[in-house]
Amino acid sequence: MMVDRIAVRSDDASLSRRGFLAGSAALGGGLVLSLSLPFGQSEAVASGDFAPNAFIRIGSDGQVVLTMPYVEMGQGTYTSIPMLIAEELEVNLKQVRLEHAPPNEKLYANPLLGVQATGNSNAMRGGWKPLREAGAAARIMLTAAAARRWSVDPKSCRARDGEVIHDSSGRRLKYGELAADAAQMAVPESVTLKRPEDFRLIGTPAKRLDVSGKVNGTARYGIDARPPGVKIATLAQSPAFGGRVKNLDDTAAWAVKGVRQIVRLDDAVAVVADHMGAAKKGLEALKIEWDDGPHASLSSEMVGRELEQATLGSGAVAQNIGDSDKAIAEATTKVEAAYHLPFLAHATMEPMNCTVHFRKGECEIWVGTQAIVRVQTMAAEAAGLTPENVIVHNHLIGGGFGRRLEADCAVRAVQIAKYVEGPVKVVWTREEDIQHDMYRPYWFDRISAGLDGQGRPVAWKNRFAGPSVIARWLPPGFRDGLDPDSTEGAIDLVYDLPNFHVQFSRVEPPGIPTGFWRSVGPSHNAFVTESFIDELAATAKQDAVAYRRELLGKSPRAKAVLDLAAEKSGWGQALPKGRGRGVALQFVFGSYMAQVAEVEVSKEGNVRVHRVVCAMDCGTVINPDTVQAQLQSGVIFGTTAALYGEITLKNGRVEQTNFDTYQMLRMNEAPAVDVHIVKSTEPPGGMGETGTSLIVPAISNAIFAATGKRLRKMPVDSNFLKQPA
Amino acid sequence: MAFTININGTSHGIDVDGDTPLLWVLRDVLGMTGTKFGCGAALCGACTVHIDGVATRSCITSIDSIDKSVVTTIEAIGATVSGAKIQKAWLDREVVQCGYCQSGQIMSASALLASNPHPSDTDIDDAMSGNICRCGTYVRIREAIKLAAQTNAKGG
Repeated sequence: MMVDRIAVRSDDASLSRRGFLAGSAALGGGLVLSLSLPFGQSEAVASGDFAPNAFIRIGSDGQVVLTMPYVEMGQGTYTSIPMLIAEELEVNLKQVRLEHAPPNEKLYANPLLGVQATGNSNAMRGGWKPLREAGAAARIMLTAAAARRWSVDPKSCRARDGEVIHDSSGRRLKYGELAADAAQMAVPESVTLKRPEDFRLIGTPAKRLDVSGKVNGTARYGIDARPPGVKIATLAQSPAFGGRVKNLDDTAAWAVKGVRQIVRLDDAVAVVADHMGAAKKGLEALKIEWDDGPHASLSSEMVGRELEQATLGSGAVAQNIGDSDKAIAEATTKVEAAYHLPFLAHATMEPMNCTVHFRKGECEIWVGTQAIVRVQTMAAEAAGLTPENVIVHNHLIGGGFGRRLEADCAVRAVQIAKYVEGPVKVVWTREEDIQHDMYRPYWFDRISAGLDGQGRPVAWKNRFAGPSVIARWLPPGFRDGLDPDSTEGAIDLVYDLPNFHVQFSRVEPPGIPTGFWRSVGPSHNAFVTESFIDELAATAKQDAVAYRRELLGKSPRAKAVLDLAAEKSGWGQALPKGRGRGVALQFVFGSYMAQVAEVEVSKEGNVRVHRVVCAMDCGTVINPDTVQAQLQSGVIFGTTAALYGEITLKNGRVEQTNFDTYQMLRMNEAPAVDVHIVKSTEPPGGMGETGTSLIVPAISNAIFAATGKRLRKMPVDSNFLKQPA
Repeated sequence: MAFTININGTSHGIDVDGDTPLLWVLRDVLGMTGTKFGCGAALCGACTVHIDGVATRSCITSIDSIDKSVVTTIEAIGATVSGAKIQKAWLDREVVQCGYCQSGQIMSASALLASNPHPSDTDIDDAMSGNICRCGTYVRIREAIKLAAQTNAKGG
């Protein structure tokens, strides 16, 4: 059975007490604890079978090394995860080091690693309980080892700062001196975790552990890999999705100094050279004639129309409460709207790249990935090898955002490397990176509601259409026409809606590949839900905060963040002409958040986001500095999407090419982001994506407040907003 | 044609076409990978180096244009007064996330601080808006530049 990584919820009741940990001796003397982290409702864990996917080693030097499958991509995981272990193990945070889990060692081969991946804001949610339990178990075993050596009762010993201390005799031993003995101790059947009020690390701002190399140029990303003798390649892929190389004239490219080889594939051409400058110059000198293939006439408008049509048919029912059709028919007021969300590229700052050394019978890969096993598996298939013969070296990631959950670039690099003697680093130009992404899907929603005489919603009906990324990425996660990602944020709303119906029609657009994009399903659903609830408030002529508040009887945590955001933003206070405030509220990734955006719309229709107030309840806060950083980050990522983000198709190809046509928010446009955290002892919720999904409706609602114009198609269109001359 | 260029105080003989961008000489020929590739068109600032102390996009700076000028990269910026201050402020203020753009950000910020010890918000916007950060660390970059400037005020 596969593991459903999407079904992660903060409750971990399914975790079996039986066999959550196993102990063994480390090579060279030390303690190793194997533990199983839930990537969702893991079948293996739920059934009680022990399938380890993370390992804690305590060496004779006292260094604690955690090897696990979550990767650092800027979200602070490499700092927050060690905090969980250090808290219970009673060591200094600096004593804990995290290592990438390699995919190729037998040690890590197990069913859970089949989806070894970092995404969906689940590292903290998955690791919260098991990592603390593992830390506590290791502490108990080390304490027991010390007690045996001193021939005292373990209860008379305590652990602190990497030592076991026997207070009455004043004796103390460092963990490193105890690690080998501790490996012989029984793994405790159960452990008692600290109460939140006793936390010494969790909840305190901790300095990031992974940053020093990132300010002096020594940090190594995938693109920095330089195996001896490496050549550099860059490529041109068929501009139209599904097209082919018809004719190639490479005469001029061969004349470029430093060009070593030209590789022609069915649908791409690569130039291999001594350096990227020569490879690019060689590529520009190629004369390639393309056969544009079956999607040569595809446009964004065609995709949008197909989705609009699909919502008129029947879809898979994601949630149904009461009878929405009847309640809408009988309602005092009926409100209808339709929303379009565009394709988006990821545009990670590190362009896609992959280095491959294809040898007889084996293949070695250097890459930065969020999904190392996927890279290994798909690269093996492309290479015609078994996965055991594909060695993958993971690296730091120069931006993930979902793009590096895919292995398409590793596959492409292998296809090229098969023709190259020695290692070759294939580097996408920015233009190739933007024109051959796996895009955030285009979505269309047809939504309606009925209001009673007081303007309160009595019914809600949403029919939406778009692709299912899960259906491709993790096929068993797509069942009966639904997957949990496509509907997150569209169902199980925080609002009281007595009649409620949501249905999804899966429609895969022709040609253009789609993928996960920071904030995944909610990047779509939060926009639609929070725009429409705002429309209902406006129809009812009620204040947008007060209107939402009335519907939160069952959601006290949602009400608390809404109130906090309203208070901190000065909601209701007068603003200069041309400015407006917009509110939005969500419960996704296990976290509650409300945002208030303050925007200014110029006469020309240009939008400036001045300030964003975030009120967050993400359960127990592990590292408050990371929460603040991730919200600042998520808000700016989402603001880019709201103001500029749009990939358009014409003649089967993407029209945008580089940062001039696919714009990013810059320093001079960045809003102030105020973060307010609600104190909570609930299990931690996800952080890395929440800011992104919510800011888009917050901005759109603020634009409505400033101009009276409702954006039902993103991104912001200045022509629509500009005032008549 | 061979060129001799001075990078971080060391002379390097380079045999590439004269129109080869400095970025690729640094990264692929010399193996100095701290300077990053982002766009290849001077749109994102990831490749920023100093040429005679001026923040310059190495992805569009051809090797034959450098002549006797002095190139400084992220690998050596810590040896300059403003560079060391900026690096320290970056760590103190926890600016970095994925970190990929930060070489370029630090090079732009240290050039700013070297020429303008007390930059205003507008000065910061002008100097830094050519550097894209997809992780959205702008808020903290601004704070860190101000923090580094304060150490100027204290004479530190």
